Amino acid sequence: MAENGTPSVDNTSSPQPATPQGEPRLRMVGIGKSFGAVRALSGVDFEVYPGEVVGLVGDNGAGKSTLIKTISGVGPADEGEIFVEGQPVKITTPQAATRLGIQTVYQDLALCDNLDVVSNLFLGREQISPLRTLSENDMESHGLRVLRTLDVKLPSVRAIVSTLSGGQRQSIAVAKSILRNASVVLLDEPTAALGVAQTRQVLQLIRRLREQGLAIVVISHNLADVFEVVDRVIVLRLGKRVGTFTVKDTTPEQIVSAITGAEFGQLLETNGNGGH
Amino acid sequence: MSEMIGHTPDPGSTTVEEHTPSAVEVPSYRQRQSIGQLLRNDLGFIPVLITLVLIMVFFQFVSKGIFFSSGNLTNLFLQTAQIGLLGVGIILVLLLGEIDLSVAAVSTLCGVILGVLSERVGGGLPPWISIPGALLSGALIGFLNGYFIAVLRIPSFIVTLATSITYSGLLITLLQGQATLEIRNSFIDNIAGSPTSYLTDALGIGLPTVVVLLYVLYRVLNYRRRQTMGLRNPSLPSFVGILILTVVLVEGAVVIFESNNGVPYSTAILFGAILVFWIILTKTSFGRHIYAVGGNKEAARRAGISVVGIQLAVFTLCSFMAAAGGIIEASRSTSASTQVSSNLLLNAIAAAVIGGVSLFGGKGSIWSIVLGFLIIGSLANGLALLNLGADVVAIVEGLVLLVAVTVDALIRRAQARTGR
Repeated sequence: MAENGTPSVDNTSSPQPATPQGEPRLRMVGIGKSFGAVRALSGVDFEVYPGEVVGLVGDNGAGKSTLIKTISGVGPADEGEIFVEGQPVKITTPQAATRLGIQTVYQDLALCDNLDVVSNLFLGREQISPLRTLSENDMESHGLRVLRTLDVKLPSVRAIVSTLSGGQRQSIAVAKSILRNASVVLLDEPTAALGVAQTRQVLQLIRRLREQGLAIVVISHNLADVFEVVDRVIVLRLGKRVGTFTVKDTTPEQIVSAITGAEFGQLLETNGNGGH
Repeated sequence: MSEMIGHTPDPGSTTVEEHTPSAVEVPSYRQRQSIGQLLRNDLGFIPVLITLVLIMVFFQFVSKGIFFSSGNLTNLFLQTAQIGLLGVGIILVLLLGEIDLSVAAVSTLCGVILGVLSERVGGGLPPWISIPGALLSGALIGFLNGYFIAVLRIPSFIVTLATSITYSGLLITLLQGQATLEIRNSFIDNIAGSPTSYLTDALGIGLPTVVVLLYVLYRVLNYRRRQTMGLRNPSLPSFVGILILTVVLVEGAVVIFESNNGVPYSTAILFGAILVFWIILTKTSFGRHIYAVGGNKEAARRAGISVVGIQLAVFTLCSFMAAAGGIIEASRSTSASTQVSSNLLLNAIAAAVIGGVSLFGGKGSIWSIVLGFLIIGSLANGLALLNLGADVVAIVEGLVLLVAVTVDALIRRAQARTGR
């Protein structure tokens, strides 16, 4: 099944079924998850290709966070299959996700404000000299290399993180995931709480990641951002995938109607009629 | 302010370095900072240093020149060795954002354990058993503290308060009603309690000199290595200036000690411990993880750091240092006492906080303890020179601590206003 190159994973016939060719970097089939009697996800398929930015949108309670947690290993799925590069895998812990090259940048960024940029980039996986001391210079030049590929601007890589702007902090959190050999990066609300200029900076950063051939998933409430940087939008509603759109051929109204289930303009030929 | 530094290189401060458009760092090495920011960051120790100098000059003046005599300064270090050793442990715990209120009781208890092992058990055990025995007891006690705090997740404030009370009772039980136990073992007494408890001149001059030269060598090699790797270095004048200042400080202290009896063993032990913990905190991943846990526990956990392991290790080390302080104090007074000094705990914590270690975790250098115990020690020593009683000493010390914490908080707030 993994050899199935035709990307017809969508069980919903979306208006513009557009998926890049080739093997998805990450593919999930029939993901389901329940919390007690609440069915948070049911039969959700999900896929993201190398060099692609997928936007994951949906209203509050649609199951975005739950789906992300099944990918990042924080809240493993009850049912369904996951493939990385076509190989079936199990993601039961965050460590397992990390080993598979899946990195999640959470909204709170998980940076130590009291440490400098380099210390944060290598936190928990410091480079050590033969004398068992920190190889500060090696880490610094390695960190600089990665930050340069992402075109990040900082006062100094030895600046304390608490002195940096929100956009710079977001960039560091992303660079941290790159340094952990990520091939799939999940960004949870990357532009929330950022100003206009900083939002621009982060969107530019996402484009850079795409150029590097990473598979990127962006969870966002902000449709303007989504339309600016995302290639494909996957819409969740009430725990189900209700639509897939190619941003090029879609209007924000179509996505809003898929998110809310309101059927103005164009009738969706999906099970998107309110669900339960 | 930091906003604009973040995006556009400051055209006013171009340097000789050539920067391609894709350079990560903006050209100026030092960003423009307000005085408040400077005080909070690199120069945070300056107000403390000024305070120390003012206190010392004041006592020099009112004691009619006795204070700055090398004999009195040596005395000052002898009197503060225990506070310094406890303070080193306290700093480790403060860096985690925790507190250890049991250090004074643990320190005294380990002094008693040393005395009991050395005088009573089996007719008196040799020092190479009694001293490690006392140190190990301290480590074990710290591990127990850490177990309650890290594994069972009880607030450190309550855990260490409770164990402090327990141990102050336990040490009376251990001494079986005796108020003080004289320690007659000459090796133990010789650590800090005899007129010969000083390094020989060769060692007293040689050890610090070798250490400071090694440090200079390391800094110079590192400077050149960073140059060849294309990494940023501080400007040459400030680099050389700091090295010269370090050498002058160390050799100046050596001259003061040597013009009296030499470097006391206890001072050598204290500075040896500070040096070891400076290396651990700044040059190893264990030390980096201590700062990380103190700064953001959740981020540390997600980065794969064992938060529980770090907490256990730090509380163990803290009580180990308390035990070391207890041994030095037992040696200095050539006896083990059931009396837990009422000032010891607060002096140790005050020394750490006055020196500039944040009470909220993650910020501060181990070297702060030197400034801290010198201020605490100078006050006690200077007021004693003026024949003022313990009451005045306590009042003044309390006020100085209050001022130090207030200044810290005000600077922090000023920075919060100008910060991002």
